[in-house]
Amino acid sequence: MKTVIKHICQLSLVATCVSASFSVMAEKIAITGAQIYTMSAAGIIENGTVLIDNGKIQQVLDNKRVPSGYREIDASGKVITPGFVGALTSLGLEEVSLSAGVVDARVEPHAVSSVGAAYDVQYAINKDSSLIPITRVEGFTSAVTGISRTDQLFEGQGAVISLNNELSSTLKARAYVHVDVGNSGMHANGESRAALWVALNQSLDEAIFASTHDLSPSQGWEGMISRADAKALIPVIKGETPLLVTAHRAGDILQALDIQSRYSDVKLVLVAATEGWRVAAQIAEANVPVILNPENNLPGDFDQLGSTMENAGRLHKAGVKVAIGMETHNIRLAAQHAGNAVANGLPHNAGLASLTSNVASIFGVDEIGSLAPGKRADLVVWSGDPLEVTEAAELVMIEGEEIPMTSRQIQLRDRYLKRSTDKPVGYFR
Amino acid sequence: MRKTTNIKMLGLALAVSGVFITGCSDKNEGEQRVHDRHNPFPSTYKVIESAPIFISNVTILDGVGGKIEDGQILLENGKVANVGKNVSIPSNAIEIDGKGKWLTPGIIDNHSHLGVYPSPGTHSHSDGNEMTGPVTAEVWAEHSIWPQDPGFQRALAGGVTAMQILPGSANLFGGRSVTVKNLPNRTIQDMKFPEAPYGIKMACGENPKRVYGSKGGPMTRMANVAGYRKAWIDAQAYKSKWDKYDAAVESGSAGDAPKRDLRLETLAGVLAGDILVHMHCYRADEMAVMMDVMKEFDYKIGTFHHAVESYKIPDLLAENGVCSAMWADWWGFKMEAYDAIRENVPMVHTAGACAIVHSDSDLGIQRLNQEAAKAWSDGKRAGIDISQADAWQWLSANPAKSLGIFEHTGSLEDGKNADVVLWSGDPFSTYSQAEKVFIDGALVYDRTDPSTWPVSDFELGQVTQGDAK
Repeated sequence: MKTVIKHICQLSLVATCVSASFSVMAEKIAITGAQIYTMSAAGIIENGTVLIDNGKIQQVLDNKRVPSGYREIDASGKVITPGFVGALTSLGLEEVSLSAGVVDARVEPHAVSSVGAAYDVQYAINKDSSLIPITRVEGFTSAVTGISRTDQLFEGQGAVISLNNELSSTLKARAYVHVDVGNSGMHANGESRAALWVALNQSLDEAIFASTHDLSPSQGWEGMISRADAKALIPVIKGETPLLVTAHRAGDILQALDIQSRYSDVKLVLVAATEGWRVAAQIAEANVPVILNPENNLPGDFDQLGSTMENAGRLHKAGVKVAIGMETHNIRLAAQHAGNAVANGLPHNAGLASLTSNVASIFGVDEIGSLAPGKRADLVVWSGDPLEVTEAAELVMIEGEEIPMTSRQIQLRDRYLKRSTDKPVGYFR
Repeated sequence: MRKTTNIKMLGLALAVSGVFITGCSDKNEGEQRVHDRHNPFPSTYKVIESAPIFISNVTILDGVGGKIEDGQILLENGKVANVGKNVSIPSNAIEIDGKGKWLTPGIIDNHSHLGVYPSPGTHSHSDGNEMTGPVTAEVWAEHSIWPQDPGFQRALAGGVTAMQILPGSANLFGGRSVTVKNLPNRTIQDMKFPEAPYGIKMACGENPKRVYGSKGGPMTRMANVAGYRKAWIDAQAYKSKWDKYDAAVESGSAGDAPKRDLRLETLAGVLAGDILVHMHCYRADEMAVMMDVMKEFDYKIGTFHHAVESYKIPDLLAENGVCSAMWADWWGFKMEAYDAIRENVPMVHTAGACAIVHSDSDLGIQRLNQEAAKAWSDGKRAGIDISQADAWQWLSANPAKSLGIFEHTGSLEDGKNADVVLWSGDPFSTYSQAEKVFIDGALVYDRTDPSTWPVSDFELGQVTQGDAK
């Protein structure tokens, strides 16, 4: 038994949706007939069956079988994938970006932190945000979420969250610490790499020192980083928390890879890596994954002159693990971004991995991102190839529960489709 | 365009400003540049000569609702010579087998800032918003455009053959826009679409009040509207002064000409119907107010841009004949974009109003076919059944109408400019790409032949010039 919030929607002249909290017995479900992208060792299964029990994937069968006691969902002719994972978003931290009050994804410098590493979004996530249902009806069942701007060296600590229908949903807190070493990261760092890199090295050096130091207030600490920053960076230098490094130009990427030669335990993840394809062999050799937006193909700045739509494909070919999805309000478009990477050289299966299993493995959240026994039953039934802009999610399941396929946008649409002129629009729901 | 007005004004220019005249005002007649007060920066665009092009076995969307399977098209002398199933081939034609491919009119983006906000996006390149006052109708986007913006070549690879480049939306009146052929050369005049009328950029809502709220106003939406009305009152007075003078010239009794005012000249051009209004406006209620202001001052709003709430008032937009230029799915970046829905474009279309898919983005402009495809399929799932052939109007015919150039381009009809894209497959698929792009009948981009890829001065000699982009 577990408690869930269920939406009960009644369609009548005026449709009403109410939320109610009650307990249901976790259901046994067999989804049959679909082409299943397991994103696991089982590969792609034609006309298979996904068995779900107690919110978990019980088994993925290569034929049609509905054991007794299982509710069948017929998905013949459809495509099933694991629920997509937003690779780098600010979901739950931002409702309206501009001139609309507090945005938790943007942090003004605060005394608790001198370099920005300490800020922690796990306390800030708003599950009532309209972005959550708007995103999940399009096939995203979880997301990595974090700070987009601090005006300090680091952009704080992000988290991995489920996009389920519950108020609390953190899958992993302190899932990463982020630093931008590209031109866009210079403004708060002396406007120069000559300052930023020294500050970054100094921060990591101090974290190493702090790892064997008593950080309590009664003890002296005169480091450049604050005590709270040190607490955030110690797991980074130990390799327990990945360090995300945004870098664009090839030289910056090599500098980033070099962090591992100085701090051998640090677990690096490259973000953007606009010119990554130029040093793809080195990235692959260092076993560093990349999170990117494959559509960035313009020289937006002097550190992005080598930008190309073929970046994702070339990185993959060299053996680099690629994740796709850097957006917030429209993270749902990451599927289109991946599709365009596929149109420019990324194999289709790698395009799907960039939205699922690769994200899960980068952030060490093994229970999501693939369909295999024991994993969370987060999955999507699609009308067709999910990377095609004309296809759509038809059924979205999180932990074995079908989520209500509605959102504020869908309700606005339906209101104005239903509206008639005999009464004000406020009376149409 | 009101040709009579132009001809009348041409005489006026001689008398008033003494600018030199090198040709006749009838643009169809000569190659010579015509400088006058209404066209001081005339187009020097040149069609690239090409042998006739014949494409066969291709699925054709003609851009005005027609679809031809196994179709044929002949491009000759820069024009669409013939489209159909039985097109005759001149002996000197270059033949292209279009088997498995699709052919459409070139995409026209009626909302771009390429060149005024070019790549790289350095501060020194930030030339799109004259944020020194809320009414800057006197500035012209073409004086900011950098033809070496690599974004033009990227857009070309996405099948964009023409676009409108606008000033930004900080101001109530942001200045004049310009429509260009996507064939950048040394100067902006080399790109200007020869027959296109001017547009003016106006803006509703959040942007002007945010920018000027602490700089003397407007700081509210009500002051925005007061600002438009005050400007139109000034423009009416200016126009009437000139109209009186024109009448006097005609009757041979003219005295001194009134002093020109660049700001009011543009606004008076709108009142005269010579300059088309492109108004950045998100919210339905604000669009409705603006359509009343339009009636109060007897001008025409051609197109609301962004128009994320057009789905709330498609009846009003249809009734007033105002187009909506929209994204497929952008939303939430500010309050006035909070009510965006994915079915906006098809809901506007199905109500009989004019729908356009625009980019406002140097990335989005590269995939406008996908933006239309999303809107089309989202509409279909919501029960709005529009054919692909009809939906293509959002990308070519309707933006051409919005820019006053539909007579010349925007559909594959005999005699129109041969602005054409050959797609590798169904252009409503993520995986299809613009394979060959023709502007005025000349092949200007061929994805299969890197030697045809144009490279801007900026990218020449840089680390990865000529790479696949």
